[in-house]
Amino acid sequence: MLIKRPRPGDSAGILPSQITAEGTYLSRRTLLQAALAAGVTGIGAAWPEPASATTDLTFKRNEAFSTTEAPNSYEDVTGYNNFYEFGTGKSDPAANSGRFKPTPWTVTISGEAETTGKFTLEDFLKPHALEERVYRLRCVEAWSMVIPWVGVPLGDVLKRFKPTSKAKYVAFKTVMRPSEMPGQRYAVLDWPYVEGLRIDEAMNPLSLLAVGVYGKTLPNQNGAPLRLVTPWKYGFKGIKSIVEISFTEKEPPTSWNISASHEYGFYANVNPNVDHPRWSQARERRIGAGLFNARIPTQMFNGYEKEVAGLYRGMDLAKNY
Amino acid sequence: MPSATIVKRVIKPAIFVLCSLPLAWLALRAFGVAGSLGANPVEEIQDTLGEWGLRLLVITLAVTPLRDWFNAPWLILLRRMLGVFAFAYVLLHFLTWLILDQGLYWPGILPDIAKRPFITIGFAALLLLIPLAVTSTNAMMRRLGKRWKSLHRLIYIIVPLGVWHYWWQVKADIREPLIYAAIVAVLLGWRFWKAKRRRSVTPAHAGVPSDPPDGLPPARE
Repeated sequence: MLIKRPRPGDSAGILPSQITAEGTYLSRRTLLQAALAAGVTGIGAAWPEPASATTDLTFKRNEAFSTTEAPNSYEDVTGYNNFYEFGTGKSDPAANSGRFKPTPWTVTISGEAETTGKFTLEDFLKPHALEERVYRLRCVEAWSMVIPWVGVPLGDVLKRFKPTSKAKYVAFKTVMRPSEMPGQRYAVLDWPYVEGLRIDEAMNPLSLLAVGVYGKTLPNQNGAPLRLVTPWKYGFKGIKSIVEISFTEKEPPTSWNISASHEYGFYANVNPNVDHPRWSQARERRIGAGLFNARIPTQMFNGYEKEVAGLYRGMDLAKNY
Repeated sequence: MPSATIVKRVIKPAIFVLCSLPLAWLALRAFGVAGSLGANPVEEIQDTLGEWGLRLLVITLAVTPLRDWFNAPWLILLRRMLGVFAFAYVLLHFLTWLILDQGLYWPGILPDIAKRPFITIGFAALLLLIPLAVTSTNAMMRRLGKRWKSLHRLIYIIVPLGVWHYWWQVKADIREPLIYAAIVAVLLGWRFWKAKRRRSVTPAHAGVPSDPPDGLPPARE
């Protein structure tokens, strides 16, 4: 094979500086779609900004908590997202989150705990070692992915603040920044996004506070800089860009439940036997499986039955959906 | 007004090409010729086909009002092609769901059609479209005579069903379905208003439409 090398003075040669980086090339369509979306729905910046910067993390892989299934590609994990704060389309979050600033970041701890207050993200995470866990993610819309998260066990973090005996639930809140999150300028949901767990769910070893994905800090569209991951629950429980964690005595309100209580409950456990009122939850489409691959059966608790079934013993899961 | 030749030789072929573009664009992306279908190609195909099916249904419904508003009788010559394209997109949308999304898994498909209201509605709209597509030929028009017009009034039910089908599968952001609903409300409301006015203003002519009947395509082309 002949390879034409550019020589000095060779006007036909292409300088490295003239070559469009692959990422930039691939993002053209996203930029155009974002521009169109901005024009059509009246949200979004005048012109989308470059994708968010990520940095490498130091962590250890936790094999015991990782599935052996092949993870989805980085492009799928960071390009197909539900993060309504940046728009309701799947490619909106990647396109519209460039203006979001995940640093500096503070997390407020409040409610029924001995230690409360405002902490920088660095102080909040300092005592904990990062670990990687490859989890299945099942969206309530009946699609799924396999994602290598990097984070810390939620329970370990919460224990540091010494929750009192009144702390029956944990409530989470997403940041409210309409200037950086164009989706918050329209009340698709009652902003800011709120979520919650029962304290025993939060303390379950599977619950993860993620700060990264694929070995790097979270891109904005995935919930930078701090998000919840509860792999046995539908994806919408995984609240993103968390600014407040509160220990409460009563069950806290949750955004999708406020929006449509007959469709989205507090628990939102993955359950193939309890259908969404408008669609079946029995099977799911694995993202990245291609055009002609059939749906796969959805597993009880998304395949984490062994770890979490005990939390719900004696409960009617059709009622507590 | 463009001449009959211009409509036949230029405008109709142009509309044909325009109506084919969304399908061609999908095919190009599916085969990787131009970009890709993204992380969830089945959803992308299904949504694109459904969206264009609905858009073309609304455009077809808009032909008669536009003809009257802009005094452009020749627009009626385009209506059949628009309607048949709408049917084609709706049918492909359904087949995508049946084959690519559900993988012909009947234990999933049949309960979905029976139990999921938004799927039931969409399926009903498709079923109702079939007789319209079948009777879209000149021969069928002649054979059905006056009944052809009554039959094709089914479109007044089909299009709202289509909008409803779209509305009900949206999770929270109803802005787009709302736009379709508003347009369809105007197009159907105008027809209702026109029919009512005709009845009340000229009671002597009640039941004797002076305009060419709404919904009737040209007998000859």
